Amino acid sequence: MSTLHWLLPEAIEDVLPHEAKQLELLRRRVLDSFAAHGYDFVIPPLLEYVESLLTGSGRDVDLQTFKLVDQLSGRTMGLRADITPQVARIDAHLIGHEGVTRLCYCGSVVHTLPAGFQATREPMQIGAEIYGHAGLEADIEIIRLLADTLAKCKVTASRFDLGHVQIFRALVRHAGLTSAQELEIFSALQGKDLPTLSELLVGVAEPYRKGLLALPELYGGREVLGRAARILPQDPQITLALDELNRLADALRDSVSVSALNFDLADLRGYHYHSGVAFAAYSVGSAFAVARGGRYDEVGLAYGRARPATGFSMDLRELMRVAGKSEIKGAILVRWPEDDALHAEAERLRDLGERIVLALPGHDGTWAAAGCDRQLVWRNGAWIIESLGEV
Amino acid sequence: MNDFSGITIALSKGRIFEETLPLLAVAGITPAENPEQSRKLIIGTNRADVRVVIVRASDVPTYVQYGAADLGIAGKDVLLEHDGVGIYQPLDLKIARCRMCVAVAEGFDYQAHVQRGARLRVATKYIKTAREHFAAKGVHVDLIKLYGSMELAPLAGLADAIVDVVSSGNTLKANKLVAVEDICLISSRLIVNQAALKLKREMLQPVIEAFVRAVA
Repeated sequence: MSTLHWLLPEAIEDVLPHEAKQLELLRRRVLDSFAAHGYDFVIPPLLEYVESLLTGSGRDVDLQTFKLVDQLSGRTMGLRADITPQVARIDAHLIGHEGVTRLCYCGSVVHTLPAGFQATREPMQIGAEIYGHAGLEADIEIIRLLADTLAKCKVTASRFDLGHVQIFRALVRHAGLTSAQELEIFSALQGKDLPTLSELLVGVAEPYRKGLLALPELYGGREVLGRAARILPQDPQITLALDELNRLADALRDSVSVSALNFDLADLRGYHYHSGVAFAAYSVGSAFAVARGGRYDEVGLAYGRARPATGFSMDLRELMRVAGKSEIKGAILVRWPEDDALHAEAERLRDLGERIVLALPGHDGTWAAAGCDRQLVWRNGAWIIESLGEV
Repeated sequence: MNDFSGITIALSKGRIFEETLPLLAVAGITPAENPEQSRKLIIGTNRADVRVVIVRASDVPTYVQYGAADLGIAGKDVLLEHDGVGIYQPLDLKIARCRMCVAVAEGFDYQAHVQRGARLRVATKYIKTAREHFAAKGVHVDLIKLYGSMELAPLAGLADAIVDVVSSGNTLKANKLVAVEDICLISSRLIVNQAALKLKREMLQPVIEAFVRAVA
C-alpha cells in the first residue's frame, strides 16, 4: 500500500479547528437568523432513493449524484446533491399543513464532480424556503431574509441580481421553438454568447427573435426594466414578469441599497425548476454567486402536492470565504491537580462563557499552541486570571 | 478573485495581443509595454485602474473563469475546449480568424476510411472539439493528445488525421497535408467573468461597449 494511503480524494477536505470554529459560528448565526424569522429547522436524510431525489430536477443533478444499491431493497439510492428537493418533499408529504410553511436546513451534500474551481465535492448547503404562498410577498420576504442574513454575517459589498424565468419562457413559447432549440438557446444565453445566439435564432419568427436576442444585454440597474418593456414583445406574461420585478425593486428599497440591486434577464440558472422570480447574491472576494434562489412552484407536484414555493440556498464554506471573521477568545488553563475549589471556580467561569482547559500533567510549554492564552491561579487568597506567559 | 480593485485584462502574446491593441485604443487603453520586448507578466496601462496580464492563450479562459482576470480575449478554438462555466462571451471580435479543420496526408483517402467505418487515429491539441466532431459524424476515433507540431503526426505514422486550426494553409502545404473537412470558423471572443460583470459593472461596461463600437 502506498505511503499516501491517508490522503483525501480530490476536492474532499477536512475542516481544521481554526476554520471549523468560524464555520460553526457562521452556521449558528445563519440558522439563528432563519429561526428568528420563524423558519423551522428540518434534517432530511443524507441518502434516499434516486427516484425521489431526482424528481423534478434536471439532468445536471442526475450526473452530480453519487449512486449506490440499497442492500435491503435492491433499489438504487443516491447521496443527495441538493437538499432543496428533499425539503420540498417534506413539505408536500410529511407536513400536511394547508397554510404557509417556513422551513430551513443545513447539511452536507455530495457532488460527483466539483461544481467549479476551488469547489469542494462536499458543499455544506444551508438555506430557507417558504411553501404555500404564491404571491410576490413571499419572494420579498425571502430576499429580505437573505439580505438580512448576509448583513449579519458581515458579508461586504454584496450585490443582488434579480431575474425572472417567465420572460424567456414566454419568448420560447411564442416563437414555437423545439425543446432541442430551447436547450441550445438557453445555454448560449447563460454565456451571454451573442454570436452563437444570433446564429441559433436565424429563421425564428419576429418579434420573438429580436426579443431573445435582446436578453443578453438586458442587465444592469433598474433602468433595465424600462428598457425591457420597450424592447421586448408585448405579451401579458412578460408584462406581468416585469411588473413583478418592479414591485420587488420597490419593496426591497429598505433592505438593499439601490446601487446594490441589479437585474439580469438572461441569467436563468435553475431554469429547469424555477417558475418565477430568480435571484443571486454576489460578494467581492468570490468569483461565484454566494447565494442563489427563486420561485419553484411546480416542484411539489412531482411529490404529489403542488405547492407554491420560493427560497434560497448557500454553500456555507463559500459564505465563510466572504463573511467577516468572528473573534475567538483563547482558553483559560487550569492546573492539575484539580481540587473542589478550583473545580467550582472553573465551572463558574464556564457558565460565564469562558473555555476552560485542564492542564494534564507533563505538557508545560505546549498550552499556548493548544489555544490557551490565560491561566487560573491562586494568589493572595483568591482565584485570579493572568496571562499564560508561554510564547 | 484578484485583489486589484480596477480592471484586469488577460491577453496572450503574439497575434491576439497585436490585433487587440486597436480595440483597446478605442476604449482609451494603451498598454505601457509590449510583451514581446518585456519579460513582465503584469503590464500597466495609461489608465491606473486598468492592467493587463500576459498568459498562454489556452490559459485565458481559466484566468477569467476564476476571476483572476475580469476580461480576456480568447480564440474560439480555446473556448471550445473549455467548459465555459462562469464565463460570458458577449462579443465576436473578428480578429485572429482561421478555421478548425480535419487534415490528412496527401494520398490518404479520408472519405473512404470514414465510409468503411474504419477507426481513425486522430492527433490533436483540441481533444474536446475533435471528440464532439467525430461523435456527431458517428465515426470512431482514437484521440492522441499533442501539444504542438500536429502536422508531423500523420507523416511520422502516429495518426491518420489531425484536427488543427488552419489560417493560410501554408504549414499544411509545406508538410504535404490537405484539409479534408472544416469543423468551424474560429475568431477571438471577448470573455468576461460573470461575478465581475455583476460586481464591477459600472467599470466594465464602458470598456465592453467600446469593444462593441470598435468591432461594428
